[in-house]
Amino acid sequence: MSDGVLPYTVEPHPVTGVYSGKLGTWLFLASEVMLFGALFSAYILLRVGAPETGRAAWPTAEEAGLSWKIGGFNTLILIISSVTMVMAWVSLKMGNFGKARMFLAITVALALTFLVLKFTLEYVPKIQHGHGPDHSVFFGLYFTMTGLHALHIIGGIVVMLYFMFPGAGLWKTNPEYYTNRIECTGLYWHFVDLVWIFLFPVLYLMN
Amino acid sequence: MADAHADVSKHVRMYMAVFAALAVGTVLTVLVSRYDFGGSINVVIALAIATVKASLVAAIFMHLKWESCSAIWMTLALCAMFFMVLIFVPVLIANDLPPQVRIGTWG
Repeated sequence: MSDGVLPYTVEPHPVTGVYSGKLGTWLFLASEVMLFGALFSAYILLRVGAPETGRAAWPTAEEAGLSWKIGGFNTLILIISSVTMVMAWVSLKMGNFGKARMFLAITVALALTFLVLKFTLEYVPKIQHGHGPDHSVFFGLYFTMTGLHALHIIGGIVVMLYFMFPGAGLWKTNPEYYTNRIECTGLYWHFVDLVWIFLFPVLYLMN
Repeated sequence: MADAHADVSKHVRMYMAVFAALAVGTVLTVLVSRYDFGGSINVVIALAIATVKASLVAAIFMHLKWESCSAIWMTLALCAMFFMVLIFVPVLIANDLPPQVRIGTWG
């Protein structure tokens, strides 16, 4: 291993049996589980302990005014984006960089669709109607949880764009390393999808 | 080290099957939420479907089904343990909160 080169990016580490990027990504995802877990924990406490009236009272479906149609549609978008993400990795495994880049582009497009729908159909109208994060405990939670999730979507878009354009040169010099990095990107992206799978029923359907 | 993904094209069909299952699961979640099963049964059903969907994503898309790295599994086991604490602490203490710190008295 020459100086300045990360070891075990392609060949498995002798101790762990996987390339180090994968273990690193899983450690990061474990910390992400705790981050979102703390918010789900807060959700349960605030919901179970909610009083009958006042700003901490739990809203009914009508009071919350969250459309299951928008939420459900966005759920499907994220599920499809998970499929295109894994197909990008499959394409690289089969040596087809062009196809992989196309699948990454579709994934980014779906992620942007998710964000645009979220902002134009939910955040902006909610805030305009006075249902901002300061309206009640429920909307405080709603904006914190979906906002943190939206930040993760933005982060995923940045990483995918990086590997589509400035980071794409790695495919020519070290295709296996590049493929592994896309696999790690996929692990992260599927996790973001996984969080939404819980956020959707918890925020849109359980009122 | 044998490459578990040597014949990766065979996986594609499985990915599509998982996609179909996730789509069906999403529709199912919406459908069951529209009926009142009474009490907290709705919550249990919704979370059960979400857990199945999340497990499919983790097992197939995130390749855990084929993961043999014990360091990853130990990380996940530890993570699951702490996650359980996070989830069950509020459930268990919710009814024991003294009135003066009960949430929402400022509402």
